[in-house]
Amino acid sequence: MALPQRRTDIGPPHYKDFLPPVIQKNYGDWKYHEVINGGLMVHVANSGDKIWTVRIASPRLLATDTIREYADLAEKYCGGYVRFTTRNNVEFLVSEEKNIEPLVAELKAKKQMLGGIGPRISNIVHTQGWIHCHSACTDASGLVKVLMDEFADYFNEKTLPNKVRFAVACCTNMCGAVHCSDIAVVAIHRKVPRIEHENVKNMCEVPSTLACCPTGAISPDPAKKSIKIKDEKCMYCGNCYSVCPALPISDSEYDGVAIVVGGKVGSLRSDPKFSKLVIPYIPNNPPRWPEVAKAFKIILDAYIAGAKKHERVGEWVERIGWEQFFNITKFPFTFQHIDDFTIARETFRTSAAFKW
Amino acid sequence: MPKKYDTPLLDELEKGPFPSFVTEIKKAAARTEMAAAELGVLERCYREKKTHWKHGGIVGVRGYGGGVIGRYSDVPEDFPEVAHFHTVRINSIAGFFYTSESLRTICDIWDKYGSGLTNLHGSTGDLVLLGTTTDKLEAIFAEYSSRGWDLGGSGSAMRTPSCCVGPARCEWSNIDTLDINYAVTQEFQDEMHRPAFPYKFKFKTVGCAVDCNASIARADCSIIGTWKGNIAVDQAEVANYAKAGMDIQAEIADLCPTQCITYAGGKLAIDDANCSRCMHCIAKMTKALKATGEKGASILIGSKAPFVVGATLSWVIVPFIKMEAPYTEFFALIRKMWEWWDEHGKNRERIGELIIRRGMREFLEYIGVDPVPQQVKEPRRDPFWFWTEDDLNQKPWEAYTK
Repeated sequence: MALPQRRTDIGPPHYKDFLPPVIQKNYGDWKYHEVINGGLMVHVANSGDKIWTVRIASPRLLATDTIREYADLAEKYCGGYVRFTTRNNVEFLVSEEKNIEPLVAELKAKKQMLGGIGPRISNIVHTQGWIHCHSACTDASGLVKVLMDEFADYFNEKTLPNKVRFAVACCTNMCGAVHCSDIAVVAIHRKVPRIEHENVKNMCEVPSTLACCPTGAISPDPAKKSIKIKDEKCMYCGNCYSVCPALPISDSEYDGVAIVVGGKVGSLRSDPKFSKLVIPYIPNNPPRWPEVAKAFKIILDAYIAGAKKHERVGEWVERIGWEQFFNITKFPFTFQHIDDFTIARETFRTSAAFKW
Repeated sequence: MPKKYDTPLLDELEKGPFPSFVTEIKKAAARTEMAAAELGVLERCYREKKTHWKHGGIVGVRGYGGGVIGRYSDVPEDFPEVAHFHTVRINSIAGFFYTSESLRTICDIWDKYGSGLTNLHGSTGDLVLLGTTTDKLEAIFAEYSSRGWDLGGSGSAMRTPSCCVGPARCEWSNIDTLDINYAVTQEFQDEMHRPAFPYKFKFKTVGCAVDCNASIARADCSIIGTWKGNIAVDQAEVANYAKAGMDIQAEIADLCPTQCITYAGGKLAIDDANCSRCMHCIAKMTKALKATGEKGASILIGSKAPFVVGATLSWVIVPFIKMEAPYTEFFALIRKMWEWWDEHGKNRERIGELIIRRGMREFLEYIGVDPVPQQVKEPRRDPFWFWTEDDLNQKPWEAYTK
């Protein structure tokens, strides 16, 4: 069968064609919104018109079967209109109030997880992991599943001092805003890359391989027409492997995950913050990584017990001090916690005031 | 019938309340050989605690240098169905709005040519189609593009821009995030499809400083809505919040970072000249407080993940710009930035890293933006700075000593 005529440089379809009529009518003219429960909110326009949003979690990795189910539900209850959030939730946009109850009932019957709105845990931003990525040192989807199962109550029912944003990155490349999340996993290598000299010669461009190393650990090895790595300078970021596939770094025994805490992206109350290291390494323990779930629980419980209303995790830790955070969580403080990379001196304590 | 693999480890991830990605793969695996083999490979990754994917090799469609990511199994002899398992990035719709009809079209084409597996959405915001082979790419592109869908960005190119829900369904948006996102995508089609930059470049547009798209943390160009006027206070609604149990002193006034809010005698007052527009009070009392006056955006540049010199947050370059169609001034500014980056950037050097390497002055002078205090947290601490010949001829002290 002949293929249709291809078109180039057309860009995406225009968004106006995908907005429900009530949104088209009240575009840019919304007055306020109310969170009715974890899985339901209503936006009210200056005209008095309303649109209800019913939110469910998705695993992001979706078979077309499931997308078709979303389409069927949108057609049945939402005039066909549905959207996705940046955190991989699905939002059914309901224009008629009478459709909310049957939609929610059907979603519950299908065992969908409603929630993610308000001061709760929302769905987890994450990366490809072992599903599809060459540089993954853990599986992101598996960790997301485990953490969301563990904290499901905080997605739909229970509330927290403020919203808590989790993220999972399967390597230090960090596709997604892991570096500015309340509590996040970043997977790490701990051994230097192995050099496949024969392949370096055939597969890699030596100058760009040297240039990609953040610590200058790579130098040419002219005798072998390959490269050398100064082991003591390598901090296992894996950037060289992405540039030169002949430098494999993944290691079943020594790869694992680190946990970072206290980041945020909004400017509310305090400036956006980076996440900071609290646990430098936990071994990969698939399929359910119980040690990671336990560590998250220790951090979240401490936050719930200690934070004031509206404080994000990072704001709470900054108020009590990082030394208190380590006291409360009993996580050991190690050499890995003290920065020795590009902004190290900004992080040293230049004051004699601290707690025990 | 696709081959069935034993997956005792992955089966553990079908338990529990959160929807399971394993169940998703199994749904597709009942129909396609590729999804079945993906499940087999993944089980092996779980068993061996390491990835079995490789990168490398340029794949794509005619006339484009991006939009498709080559992906290969490192155990093709055991899983020949996924020896090639490429990713296709489809440029998503601004705000991630879809209709049931459009979703079905996307699924119909993908079921014809691929594994049946997708990501809605990838971290950057593409509609990601996971798993197809090189020989299918032209057909996939013809089918999607003929129905109005184009590919997204990859490699050293402008990446698929994304935005928050904005004026479509939010009362806080100071700019038309969807329109800006669409306009940027259309303006720079060539820069998206034919990689010609030193490295990737991402745009993310959000309507206010709540930043629901993490723009400040993961975009080379963060467009963040803001306003110049006052915050209008509806005292009747303030009273309603108090009546409903909000401790306005503790939750609003005391948490204001600039201490510009007072609450006395049941009335809330804002010293607008000292407000830094952080959004806390507006976000917590949305019925009572509204931004008014001139609306626009702050343009911040430079955020990225840790590679190579460490993670950065975007920093202010243009504190305020009107962001109204046709965005002529904004596009001209971006083109100047890219010109400078093209001229000086090293391979795999993001624009923010280049600014750090060569200095803000050179960058600001090139793009024609004046220095203002809003660009820094604090002025320089060290006593080492440059004077140009032109600087030496200026007498700025005369203005304030007269």
